[in-house]
Amino acid sequence: MTERMISCSAAICEALTEEMARDEAIFIIGEDLVAHGGIFGQFRGLPERFPGRLIDTPISESCIVGAGLGAALTGMRPLVDMHFADFVTCAMDEIVNQTAKIRYMFGGQVKVPLVIWAPDGAGLSAAAHHSQSLESWFVHTPGLKVVVPSEPADVKGLLKAAIRDDDPVIFFQHKKLFAREGPVPEGEHIVPLGKAAVKRPGGSVTILTYGSGFYMSMEAANELAGMGIEAEVIDLRTLKPLDFGTIADSIKKTNRAVVVHEACLSGGFGAEVSARINSELFDYLDAPVLRVAAKDVPIPFSPRLENFVLPKAEDVISAVRQVVYR
Amino acid sequence: MKSSVSTREMRRLYRTMVTIRKFETLAGELFAAGKIPGFIHLSIGQEASSTGVCSVLRPDDYIATTHRGHGHVIAKGGDLKKMIAELIGRKTGYCKGKGGSMHIADFSLGILGANGVVGGGFPIIIGAGLSIKLRHTDQVAVCFFGDGASNRGTFHEAMNMASIWKLPILFVCENNCYASTTPTAYACSVNNIATRAAGYNFPGVTVDGNDLLAVREAAGRAVDRARRGEGPTLLENKTYRRRGHFEGDPQKYRTQAEVAEWEKNDPLLRFASVLKKKKLLTGEMEKEIREQVDCELKEAVAFAEQSEWPNPEDALEDMFVNP
Amino acid sequence: MTSRIDNKRCLKMYEQMLTIRRFEEKAIELFEHNLIRGNIHPCIGQEAVSVGACSPLRRDDFMVNTHRGHGNCIAKGADLKLMMAELFGKSTGYCKGKGGSMHIADFEGGNLGANGIVGGGLPIAVGAGIGIQNRGTDQVAVCFFGDGATNQGTFHESLNLAALWKLPVIFVCENNLYGLSTPVRESISVVNISDRAMAYGIPGMSIDGNDIIAMHTKMTEAVDRARAGEGPTLLDCITYRFFGHFTGDPGKGITYRSKEEMGQWLERCPIKRFRERLIKEKRITEKTEKTMEADVKASIEEAVQFAKESPLPLPEEALQDLFH
Repeated sequence: MTERMISCSAAICEALTEEMARDEAIFIIGEDLVAHGGIFGQFRGLPERFPGRLIDTPISESCIVGAGLGAALTGMRPLVDMHFADFVTCAMDEIVNQTAKIRYMFGGQVKVPLVIWAPDGAGLSAAAHHSQSLESWFVHTPGLKVVVPSEPADVKGLLKAAIRDDDPVIFFQHKKLFAREGPVPEGEHIVPLGKAAVKRPGGSVTILTYGSGFYMSMEAANELAGMGIEAEVIDLRTLKPLDFGTIADSIKKTNRAVVVHEACLSGGFGAEVSARINSELFDYLDAPVLRVAAKDVPIPFSPRLENFVLPKAEDVISAVRQVVYR
Repeated sequence: MKSSVSTREMRRLYRTMVTIRKFETLAGELFAAGKIPGFIHLSIGQEASSTGVCSVLRPDDYIATTHRGHGHVIAKGGDLKKMIAELIGRKTGYCKGKGGSMHIADFSLGILGANGVVGGGFPIIIGAGLSIKLRHTDQVAVCFFGDGASNRGTFHEAMNMASIWKLPILFVCENNCYASTTPTAYACSVNNIATRAAGYNFPGVTVDGNDLLAVREAAGRAVDRARRGEGPTLLENKTYRRRGHFEGDPQKYRTQAEVAEWEKNDPLLRFASVLKKKKLLTGEMEKEIREQVDCELKEAVAFAEQSEWPNPEDALEDMFVNP
Repeated sequence: MTSRIDNKRCLKMYEQMLTIRRFEEKAIELFEHNLIRGNIHPCIGQEAVSVGACSPLRRDDFMVNTHRGHGNCIAKGADLKLMMAELFGKSTGYCKGKGGSMHIADFEGGNLGANGIVGGGLPIAVGAGIGIQNRGTDQVAVCFFGDGATNQGTFHESLNLAALWKLPVIFVCENNLYGLSTPVRESISVVNISDRAMAYGIPGMSIDGNDIIAMHTKMTEAVDRARAGEGPTLLDCITYRFFGHFTGDPGKGITYRSKEEMGQWLERCPIKRFRERLIKEKRITEKTEKTMEADVKASIEEAVQFAKESPLPLPEEALQDLFH
């Protein structure tokens, strides 16, 4: 398969173009899809290519998600555009009480092939209502699959997999990474849900990360290599179901782990990963599992404040140095 | 419309109402006997609404129902055996014992499920309506909800969306005078909930919800309109919930005299007297109907009670298609 | 018509409208020079709504604002220096640099804050109304929101409660015809947003939001009604944002609005219309106007200077102000 360098945005478009051409049941519903091809231009070209299959809605988040759910229950395969991940709060009932529960609560009678696509993340001075990373709320909600890709190839492959999956998937993508480029295979390229990837092999320490944390971790790993510390960077990609096998294989080799994410520390996904490592791999550990995350405050506006709150490569480096005792 | 209802259909409608009434009475007894875990919300007194609306629907039409939903499920053709089995938490129940009274669904009958969240059905029915439109069928989708739900944000968002997209939806408000303990007049800024349709530019109709034929006629018109692609209707059936909000409700928010007053306005008695006046129903026929229904319910209870309990580990199943 | 409003007030309103316009123009310029980060949602073209809605208010009245909120802040009496400093992310700003353009609040001035969530302010205004009622004062709460917000569930829940409890809340819809890129005619099921008042049994009216006198008059009636304990009013103020949705909108919103339409609305500029009227009624002289322009310019320059000279917050300040 030929690979080209394309951006995360282009990868979204490519995945959707291929999938929508393949299956007429797929449609996209959300606010401001048609005029700009989505507010980040992430669906550019799709409205012209698939007339009537990108549905602009009023600003009514409960009903947008609920409409996606109702359509999924009656034979369609919708992708709901959340506009900003922060706006999930306006549709929490539809996501948590309805979408996540319907199949189970009704005894497995029905499938719910729904993707909720939510652009998240900070770093753009967008302040407290447009900057959050909320993935751990949904990991904590049984009945949802949670995907947070980083590189464009994963964006394409995971989005295709999410669309084809018969279960509800909430798909977070970092706004700041839309323009980020990377090699992406043309045509049929599927990254299965629930599979982590070892993106940089190494024997000194395991860095477990996803989303924007991946780039931060790679930057740190490259610098650490200069100090003779070889970090193995694992991009978790899907948080639920979690590929704990890949995590375990790595930690059995490195005996050390650092979890890195942009979401704030307390109750973050790092806590879950760390707890599992402690309960299942305790005998392999030579150091406590450390977490690198944002500080426990809302995201402030002023760049100087925002930068202080968010985790950085240097925080990853210092955490790694702590666990390798160097 | 009234005259076009055949004798057979009239009797069938009556039988459905009797079935709901008897089902609910039985459920109350089973609950009192400690056989139903959790809690149940009975629709006694509201039978004309569920029966009247569902009588104009096709099997492939959709309904979304509420926590007080047994009547809707029965009127849409639900299986009494599977219903009772679900109520008592057995493996053979509609949801294998995972849902219970408040979460019964039968997707093969277009029953998209009961909902434990007041106003939770609105957004889902929008999705069903949208899906009908995208698939170009002539189905319709009906959303049952209570007076309390009409104050929820989801009501508003859904009414607006159904209107701008002319979705084939019938919104049925069963205004039973109370949202749990709160009187409708205390919580709702307008006298008739149907008035709210004015805020969305489509018809709103208030009918006597204990008059089966009035409900059926209004619902029939709204469903025809929806099938013709002319968009949604808001139908408000004014009725009364004769039992408590849930079984065991101390009901300190209303007087027994009020309840007694509404008992005189019983939808079954009213419809029976219409039928008798038209000589479509005799005392003997009525007795026969009652016996048939009793027999069916007895079988349903026997089926349910003889059914297996789910295995504890079954609790971990049915979450995902591809776990 | 204007004659019913005294001269002093007329000139004050005109000056406020001018201040808002110049403030927004300056903010856009500073944004383009990268001195303001993030994004801003300018309200150029909507000045009559802000000023008309706030002019009948007292300082102790409450105001709940939106993402497009600079004009409403100014009309409610905000300090331009503190506003500009907030836009710059400085520690002297209204929110010490934590909020930015979309989250300016001034609790001392009754400004309960701008909101990044469409429809997020409506329930807060209801709460302010309940507080007023409980305390038994004659304050009022004004809730600004856009046409897009009228499709949010919070609109419905808030109007129902305000109507039910006869709260002293005035719901001011700044109907600028677009919810981001979505035209009102495609997203709202009624012709006039004010028609929705019927669903709650409260008065509702649609107003030419670019006519400051109409705005001021209707708003005064609604405020009087609220102060008298007669309950809420829904005002649908029809206006237009000359700029796009935000500073990143291509061609000021040309992807979803036609040039003709934008041109027609420029003709209906609220400041231009008010100025012509003031001149016609001989309420403003060329001299007064010149002085006013110069004063406005100076106050904005002063604000910019203040913002530029103010210190950035210390990074660690990011951890302060979370809890009391």
